[in-house]
Amino acid sequence: LVFTEEDKYGFYSDLLFKYFLAEGVVCGHDLFVASADEHPDNILKELPAPLLDDTYRKELGDEAAAVKSGDFQDSMKIAWRYQNLPKMEASPSTYTKFGHYYDVSKKMSPELCQSVKWHSFYLHEELSLEPEMKTCNMNSGYARLLQSIQRIISQEGFDGSDPQKKQRNVLRIGIQSLASILWGDDVCCSDTPEDTHSLTKFLYVLRGLLRKSLSACIITVPAHLIQNKAIMERVTNLSDMVVGLESFIGSERETNPLYKDYHGLVHVHQIPRLNSLICDVSDTKDLAFRLKRKLFTIERLHLPPDLSDTVSRASKQDLAGSAKLLSSGCGAMAIGKKHLDF
Amino acid sequence: QGKFTLLRDTRTDGSFLVHHFLSFYLRAGCKVCFVALLQSFSHYNIVAQKLGVSLAAAKERGQLVFLEGLKSCLDLLFGEEEQPGQPSPLQFLSGSTSDLRALFDFVRVSLTPADGDSWKGPVLLVDDLSVLLSLGAAPVAVLDFIHYCRVSVCCQLKGNVVVLVHSNEDSEDEENELVVNSLCHHSDLILWAEGLATGFCKDVHGQIKIIKRLSLRQAAEPDLVQIYQYKIQDRNVTFFARGLSAAVL
Repeated sequence: LVFTEEDKYGFYSDLLFKYFLAEGVVCGHDLFVASADEHPDNILKELPAPLLDDTYRKELGDEAAAVKSGDFQDSMKIAWRYQNLPKMEASPSTYTKFGHYYDVSKKMSPELCQSVKWHSFYLHEELSLEPEMKTCNMNSGYARLLQSIQRIISQEGFDGSDPQKKQRNVLRIGIQSLASILWGDDVCCSDTPEDTHSLTKFLYVLRGLLRKSLSACIITVPAHLIQNKAIMERVTNLSDMVVGLESFIGSERETNPLYKDYHGLVHVHQIPRLNSLICDVSDTKDLAFRLKRKLFTIERLHLPPDLSDTVSRASKQDLAGSAKLLSSGCGAMAIGKKHLDF
Repeated sequence: QGKFTLLRDTRTDGSFLVHHFLSFYLRAGCKVCFVALLQSFSHYNIVAQKLGVSLAAAKERGQLVFLEGLKSCLDLLFGEEEQPGQPSPLQFLSGSTSDLRALFDFVRVSLTPADGDSWKGPVLLVDDLSVLLSLGAAPVAVLDFIHYCRVSVCCQLKGNVVVLVHSNEDSEDEENELVVNSLCHHSDLILWAEGLATGFCKDVHGQIKIIKRLSLRQAAEPDLVQIYQYKIQDRNVTFFARGLSAAVL
């Protein structure tokens, strides 16, 4: 269960959501799209087109070549201790093919979209039907969504209930902007919401459904609107992976020279620890994203060299402050702010 | 015998302790009732196999009673009408009752020794209690449930109880903090796994504080506190004194 905290204007999280669905189409998985905001048909029309192997490799190849020409092969004279450290790669170096790449400037062709089976749940259409299940004091929008998901899972045999089915497929569930006011939940608009448990109950039941079937789910939530932090803590506990997107649009970080190459930050609050005592932890927690003309990339954040003479004290402290905030990343490991002040 | 152990984690994931206690008690030959609210049976099974214990086999021979919370919840919501003689342990979810009596009854029935049983002491293991609050149980109901379990398992059956809770330093989840603080006061042993205060480190995953609450049994004794750091590996966890991780030496 991948839980994504939306950025302020929902632009980048929308993009991530569409990537997830597009990957499903290309892999031949079945899709289930739910939204209260946009009709799922429209969402599906706007999936990015997959990049064919040759064009992508060529693009990457161009970039890599440009970088290499600037390389110096001489040994370092002053910072010679650093010579032995591996050269830091901003993006995964060997371009290992895990998944596919997409071109954001083009839309996916309708034929490709139609090649997979997809189900949709548009809240306003579903509200007119009567619920059949016991709602357990849960918000009715959530209850209907759960009912719909459960029905698809058991009808299409994703939970292995149909031994006749020869080929087992994966169901990718995408739920957009959950917990927003459109779902009838006031968690996003008030500090003391009427029903504090609907969202967490929904997540628990969804988790149960995911665990007992071959499915994966991404949920985006406008977390910046949720005032009640207790709910966010509980939600984090109930999800396998929690990622937050912070875009720089409209914030003071847009003009901060530290971030001039990037469009936003990626905060990884929790990574899944399934079927094992340990989890897969990468070396760095500081990730940033940028949207180039065709590609959306997530890379390690590295500070540009501080070459300017006129950098003032204030901005230096600001940089240091944000650098500290960056390293206090993954909640599942550790957060430390106070002990490194010096 | 008759001990209440509280597992607590802050800023990190303390579930490795749950896996440890599960395989520890099963290997010791105790009858275990495991209320697993957060993960599926196969998750625990796979990890337990790495630690050398087979949960499926334990279940077959009646040594392990496993309540898979996620599955129970689905059965309650999407299943057919329940038979009157077998109420679901998670009945509080349907809103008909607000207390956790059904859950307690389930625990009591599982751990009461049956006639042919030859297991050493019963053990109740809960992972994790904070989920009950997320599902709508009131803090008082949760504390009542634990109290009843303690009386029944620790005092009457002379068994042990191990419970995992999450907590955060500046948490705004008051209900959770209330439950955690209350449980801390009544525990014989507290194992507190914390993420390092200085941030993430690849070689030291966290530190664990072991608090033996001697003051519970004898009025004038101070509690014994020991602190170690640990690193989690694929099949076990290594503990070492603070600052002496293998990466440094």
